[in-house]
Amino acid sequence: MTAVAETTARSAEKYRVTRSRRNVAWTGLGALVVVVVLALFPYIVGAGTETILVQAFIILTLASMWNLLAGYAGLVSVGQQAFVGLGAYFVLILNIHNLSMFTALPIAAIGCGVAALPMWWLVSRLRSGYFAIATWVLATTILLIIEKFPSIGGGTGMSLPHTPSLGSAVLEAYTYWIGLAVTVLALLTVYLLLRSRLGLVLTAVRDDEVAARSSGARVGLARMLVFVVAGAGCGAAGALLAVSQLIVQPSAVFSVQFTAEMAFAVIIGGLGTIEGPILGTIVYMVLQQTLQSYNAWYLIILGLVAMVIAIFARRGLWGLIDDHLHVRLFPVGYWLWAPGSGGRRGSGGLRGFGRRRGGRHS
Amino acid sequence: MVWVNDIIQGILVGGLYALFACGLSLMFGVMKVINLAHGDLAIIGGYIAVGVIAVTHIPVLWSFVIVVPLMAVLGYVLQRSVIQAALDRSILTTLLVTFGLSVVIENALLEFVNANSHSLGVNDAIITSSFSIGSQISIAYLLLLIFVVAVVVLTGLQYFLSRSRYGRMIRAVADDREAAQLSGIDYRHVFGIAAAIAFATVALAGIAYGMYSQFSPTTGTDTILLFAFAAVVIGGLGSLWGTLLGGVVLGVSQAIGAQISGSDEFLAGYIVFLAVLVLRPQGLIARKATS
Repeated sequence: MTAVAETTARSAEKYRVTRSRRNVAWTGLGALVVVVVLALFPYIVGAGTETILVQAFIILTLASMWNLLAGYAGLVSVGQQAFVGLGAYFVLILNIHNLSMFTALPIAAIGCGVAALPMWWLVSRLRSGYFAIATWVLATTILLIIEKFPSIGGGTGMSLPHTPSLGSAVLEAYTYWIGLAVTVLALLTVYLLLRSRLGLVLTAVRDDEVAARSSGARVGLARMLVFVVAGAGCGAAGALLAVSQLIVQPSAVFSVQFTAEMAFAVIIGGLGTIEGPILGTIVYMVLQQTLQSYNAWYLIILGLVAMVIAIFARRGLWGLIDDHLHVRLFPVGYWLWAPGSGGRRGSGGLRGFGRRRGGRHS
Repeated sequence: MVWVNDIIQGILVGGLYALFACGLSLMFGVMKVINLAHGDLAIIGGYIAVGVIAVTHIPVLWSFVIVVPLMAVLGYVLQRSVIQAALDRSILTTLLVTFGLSVVIENALLEFVNANSHSLGVNDAIITSSFSIGSQISIAYLLLLIFVVAVVVLTGLQYFLSRSRYGRMIRAVADDREAAQLSGIDYRHVFGIAAAIAFATVALAGIAYGMYSQFSPTTGTDTILLFAFAAVVIGGLGSLWGTLLGGVVLGVSQAIGAQISGSDEFLAGYIVFLAVLVLRPQGLIARKATS
């Protein structure tokens, strides 16, 4: 970061460094408009649509966290359902002790972030594929331990005992707004995290781990931070799941299917891009809603599509869009402008600076 | 004496877990691929056996004659196509692709077969009976047979890798792919052979599991993959005999857990796994990869 800044200072009259090739003020405005419109939805659409959208919020939150793990930190976790389950159980336990389920949600998210620390201590001993299965074993172990406590429902689970005495329409709307807030916060966290120094370390690790380590990047610390953030995020999604369903069942909230869904959404949308999980969640929801009368078929199709995309289009659907249109809704890299380019379209960029094309350093 | 019996049962079941694990260990040792679809492939082996027996009416014990070659061919084809394509991209891609494969297989089985449990009933009275030592210890012939098969498979694999021509090629490619290529070895073909062997052991494991217990489409991930993985980590990555020891340790801890409380069987196994991860992350037998 400082190196870039120095370069800029030395030749301020010649080179310019911007976050994006194009002005992104309109993207920010667009995102704001989308959020405002989504926030008005409870006044417009029925409860059925709200429920579907809450499900989409859960998947999108999970997907952006998994993207942070796999796409940026190179950590393929197959055990993120551990945090979904823990988040749901934190809400249940706090609710049993008379805390409102809405207040319990942020506490559950923080609790999952804290729980991620000892879990990281365990699983970080293994690498790559062994790390993946170790997270899975850990999730299963936590499920087996939770099932041993009859006071929180044992093996069958239980309903939230203290639900707010609101009308069902109002409750639906509250749940929807909280779901929207969780998702916006999750996306914002990922975006700001990737723009920060940590994001720079992660991007360097993603591109070349050995080079990043030899440049003094604290790779282990960066990965731990990502694991904790992803734990908190997936915990928030799990808490949202408990709030929207008002019941917590151990085998359902600890199901590996959550990890399958978040992973497929990310791989299809675009691994290692912030926009990818959003696009992937849309694809996921469309497929799931169209094929919902055909049982498990949507997972089979999603899985096959994800396999094909993982092999033939590593950066997913958004990668394809980016390659052809050069669009970034959430720019986290830098764009170096050659002297005299003056921001004209297509002429910016210094050859060889970026990884794939001149000018791009994302 | 109850404890002695538990430990003996645990050791014998450990042979089954080692059979689960050796294919996982072999594919990691040679190709650096962690096959997340490993357990589901074992279950496919089990379902193929159910189908083969239904059609041909051959005895359950002999079903491996058909299932093992079929799975070996499947392994070669899958390695040369999908897994190799993923491997050419990156290790991360192989994880994503095999995880996708696992979910696809599991849900396809749910869709096409159904969620009910199946098992491979053995009609042979000698196999289903057991013999007793003293009044407390009772050993089932079936479990003993599975344990012997596991030891034979591991010994055979060890012998194959250290003595045969293909074994030497596999070790050469695992050690240094470029140098092996310079010596005229087509590493893709060798990878295919290694995958075929791994899938053959997976098929045996699937059949053995079907005779020992019941299986359903989800057994592949929630039991076989996790047990195989735990056995590999407890024993030590890349060591075939370590895998057997890991399987035995897992089996014994499960047997002891089950004795403490029926519901603690799996939990005890995973806690031993986590303890090994904390205290001895390199596994009980840590040494240079033999495969």
